[in-house]
Amino acid sequence: MIQAIAFYLFAIIVIGSAAMTISSRNPVHSVMWLILAFFNAAGLMVLVGAEFIAMLLVIVYVGAVAVLFLFVVMMLDIEVAQLRAGVARYAALGLALAVALAAEILIGIGAWSAGGLKISQRIAPIDGNVPNIQAMGQLLYTRYLFVFEAAGFVLLVAMIGAIVLTHRQRGGVKGQNISRQNARRPQDATRNVQPPVGQGVQL
Amino acid sequence: MDYAANLAMTLPEVILGVGAIVLMLVSAWGGSASTRAVSWTAVAVLAGACLALLGPASYGGSAFDGLYRADAFAAFAKVLIFIASGVAILLAPDFFQRTTGDDLRPEYPVLILLSAAGMGMMVSASDLLTLYVGLELQSLAAYVLASFMRRDTRSAEAGLKYFVLGALASGILLYGISLVYGFSGTTLFGGIAAAYAAPHSLGLLFGLVFVFAGLAFKLAAVPFHMWTPDVYEGAPTPVTAFFASAPKVAAMGLAVRVAVEAMGPATDQWRQIVIFAALASIVLGAVAAIGQTNIKRLLAYSSINNVGFALVGLAAGTPEGVSGVLIYMTIYIAMTLGSFLIVLQMRDDDGQPIENIAALSGMSRTRPGLAAALAIFMFSLAGIPPLFGFYAKFAVFDAAVRAGLFPLAAVGIAASTIGAYYYLRVVKTMYFDDPAPAFPKGNSPVEGGLIVLTAAFVSPLGYLAIPLLGGWTMTAARALFPAI
Repeated sequence: MIQAIAFYLFAIIVIGSAAMTISSRNPVHSVMWLILAFFNAAGLMVLVGAEFIAMLLVIVYVGAVAVLFLFVVMMLDIEVAQLRAGVARYAALGLALAVALAAEILIGIGAWSAGGLKISQRIAPIDGNVPNIQAMGQLLYTRYLFVFEAAGFVLLVAMIGAIVLTHRQRGGVKGQNISRQNARRPQDATRNVQPPVGQGVQL
Repeated sequence: MDYAANLAMTLPEVILGVGAIVLMLVSAWGGSASTRAVSWTAVAVLAGACLALLGPASYGGSAFDGLYRADAFAAFAKVLIFIASGVAILLAPDFFQRTTGDDLRPEYPVLILLSAAGMGMMVSASDLLTLYVGLELQSLAAYVLASFMRRDTRSAEAGLKYFVLGALASGILLYGISLVYGFSGTTLFGGIAAAYAAPHSLGLLFGLVFVFAGLAFKLAAVPFHMWTPDVYEGAPTPVTAFFASAPKVAAMGLAVRVAVEAMGPATDQWRQIVIFAALASIVLGAVAAIGQTNIKRLLAYSSINNVGFALVGLAAGTPEGVSGVLIYMTIYIAMTLGSFLIVLQMRDDDGQPIENIAALSGMSRTRPGLAAALAIFMFSLAGIPPLFGFYAKFAVFDAAVRAGLFPLAAVGIAASTIGAYYYLRVVKTMYFDDPAPAFPKGNSPVEGGLIVLTAAFVSPLGYLAIPLLGGWTMTAARALFPAI
């Protein structure tokens, strides 16, 4: 009972916020609605027992992707009227895509009710009582340790690459030198002056 | 098996990884002033990784629950990869100094080390995950290296083009991998081979086609070759020399291992793909090279052509064929590195590189030694006896004939005469045309020494190495065929 209520709650909010994402006038509001949709999709994932994917949705999509969207949207100067004109221009293409997606869903449901595709058995089926985050963690840091470490190297290469290709030394920038700041004594930085009455301070 | 034994088998990659991290720290603090020290240390790290192959890394068998295979095949390919990477590191500092006027940044040797670690994983992969992660480690470093001269628009274009098309290739490969995994239920090569041996659905064959398409992309075999000329032309010359040598060996080693170890029972299926790619590469590589006026583009088409010949050996699908592929790749990297070393000598008085073939005119009179070396490389690439390049072609065609692939061998040999045309045209330009302005003399003992060394290897002197080379490649090939 409680599952059903939670499901309908999450599902309705996902659909509603998705509709708001494409219909809202302000692009920043669109991104906010998108984040709400992500959160509720994560809730749906928890309901079907895929808590790892739920975590990923929140961490990766809400934490990184949506924030990135938000930055991009805030930096762009988006003319809503112009976008509206675009909608009319690409309506036919969008409609065709929507029809294709709907057809795929229908075919998928039809094939599913006719019985699943016969693909191979899993070599190592997961024990139903182990939560899937735990199952994944156990494999990731033991059996697949080698590949996991290598994936770390891939990220290191990406980082080095980004710095090599974009970093440049710029002149005329005031950098902070903490040891020099700490070594500075009051007598070097300040001086006592006694300005005569009626005159300002000569700096 | 405990971790110490596993790590001993993966020692070459461990050495490269740790070396790269340490050198990264050195270069972060040292800046451009440390480039030469970092470069020489990186070469020492590569030599250390080669030495590590004397240990369990060359005979240990399976490590990390079957993710990684340490055998003679991997060890042979790794020696070639590490040598080619070392040469690419040694060539770079002078080139960048001359061309840009600035010191080379020390990240260059670090990226080559990381790329070499990825290539080591590729040739040792016995699981689809290791295959993919190794391939990405190699490719990602290569994308950065291609656009290392970031002020140069051609270099930036090369990097971008390589990245976009490489990402597409990775997508195709991953799609194939997901199909293979879905229909076989495992990512281990042994398990996949068992799935192919049993009666299987069409899905597995679809997976095979996509995996081979992705690998052909990385090998630059026709019809997935179109990125090669642009990337080779735009990338800085030492990087191009690297692309044409080490990653080719790694991709070829990977293709051989996947074909034989994972998809061995489906040999009849992948043989058609490999034969098509081989013939198309040989013919297109030869025909398209004829019109080229840029020496780097010419060598790019030459590399496509040569990959075709090496694939002839793979099409045989026998230990002799695999041994032929290894012999071919060994001689090929010597010829290619030698040719690019000569391209590095082509520069004007300001040190700016010249890439026009016409600039080679009459080099036999202005720089007779250099002209003779390039003539040796060109004759050898054309496969003209008595040079060593002939033996490479002989080894792969011999294996193909023994496997009963007469039409493939006949068409391949006929098409190799088309290839001879453009190689000989370079020789003709050097020896019979009126002299163009001479290139200034190089003063780098490293480059001169490497030219002499590679020229000696591909000259008839190389035949002295055949008993040794034949023995090693045969041992390496047998490691993939446990049943024989």
